[in-house]
Amino acid sequence: MEEVLRGLASKMHVEITVNEQKKEADVEPRLLLVHFLRENLSLTGTHIGCDTSNCGACTVLVNGKAVKSCTMFTVQASGKEVMTVEGLAKGGKLHPIQEGFWEKHGLQCGYCTPGMMMAGVALLQKNSNPTEEEIRRGISGNLCRCTGYVKIVEAIQYAAEKLREAQQQKVEVPAR
Amino acid sequence: MIPAPFEYSSPKTLSDAFTLLETSGPDSKILAGGQSLIPVMKLRLGQPSRLIDINNIQELSYLREADGYLRIGALTRMVDLESSDLIKKKYPIISDTASHIADPTVRNMGTAGGNVSHADPANDLPGTMVALGAEFVAASSKGTRVIKAKDFFVDTFTTDLKHEEILTEIRVPMYAPGTGGAYLKLEKRVGDFAIAGVGVQISLDNDGTCTRAGIGLTAVGPSVIEAVEAEKALVGKKLTEEATRAAASLASDASTPTSDLRGPADYKKEMIKVLTSRALKRAHQRAVGGSA
Repeated sequence: MEEVLRGLASKMHVEITVNEQKKEADVEPRLLLVHFLRENLSLTGTHIGCDTSNCGACTVLVNGKAVKSCTMFTVQASGKEVMTVEGLAKGGKLHPIQEGFWEKHGLQCGYCTPGMMMAGVALLQKNSNPTEEEIRRGISGNLCRCTGYVKIVEAIQYAAEKLREAQQQKVEVPAR
Repeated sequence: MIPAPFEYSSPKTLSDAFTLLETSGPDSKILAGGQSLIPVMKLRLGQPSRLIDINNIQELSYLREADGYLRIGALTRMVDLESSDLIKKKYPIISDTASHIADPTVRNMGTAGGNVSHADPANDLPGTMVALGAEFVAASSKGTRVIKAKDFFVDTFTTDLKHEEILTEIRVPMYAPGTGGAYLKLEKRVGDFAIAGVGVQISLDNDGTCTRAGIGLTAVGPSVIEAVEAEKALVGKKLTEEATRAAASLASDASTPTSDLRGPADYKKEMIKVLTSRALKRAHQRAVGGSA
């Protein structure tokens, strides 16, 4: 009972920008970020896989860095920017990483896919032209039990190319 | 899995953190990267009454050489140890180690200070810090004290840090040219704890005679092990095949592994011999090649 009271007594106010929208809530400090996203915000694209920081299904970006949202408390994300798989597509248009998974069949059951895509996005932000080995290292915190990873690597390579092309066009426009 | 309830504070300065530590119970804990502590809490192996989150204390996040030491702020993330050009060039044993800790996503959060303070005998950084002869700076409202690596790691999950103290810095001596190091880890799969790991740092004089050797062993005892006899056997000698083999054998003798899911004890002892020998060779190459 004392435990319960202590938990209830200590709710804290958090303000978190999730997919560019400001969210506020009063939460228990023990509420994990993945539960906040899924249960408080109904953003169920972020999956809970192993729940032991191994599988990476719950990977989201916090201030641009890939983190396992089952291993971070919601209160730690207060004041920060979180991006989930729901934040990838803009105006009905798929993000290049989503397009890549679609075009290259980067998924079978799809359970690991949201985390895999977020890890892929984080990787491509740091390295716009990764080698196959760099991709494999980059997603080594994410487990897939269906594909054998070959198609996932291809999907990320596809996204890398699309993103580089988009970058190229941006650079070329002002020169005209 | 949901941890037991706790109170949470996130001070912005060290002095506020000291005050919180002093006014909260003995079961309060410091939260750094949380990549070990949060799993411990989710499994309810630990139920701290209060977490003091030090992630917002900017003064703990730095990586620089000053006054004869490489100074690693306690909040330095593993990803920064792994990717820093300074580390890669002058302390490759540290980038070797960081790149083998858990996986890249965990390394975005996990901190140097947290890794050593957790004192898991299977954590990789303690072995490396023992090999490097590192020192640990513990601070409290009463001041700071410097703890040698051999005194810092007391037992399984136990360091010399007092409840009121916070580890603020890890100091690695800047060795003269002719120094080299390497960390080798045998693991079943990416992200797993070591079956066995060995960190080695050696310094050579102009004619190639070893003037200092540090050897730390991971996951083969109740705490990180310094292979003292192996270190002694190398000093004053050139790193010949024979000397390397003898040291590797002594390092293996110093290990006290237990049989578990990662392998039987005698296998792990044998692997320490192999890893020590290989690590010494790589360290030697690096020492001769000029990068420490």
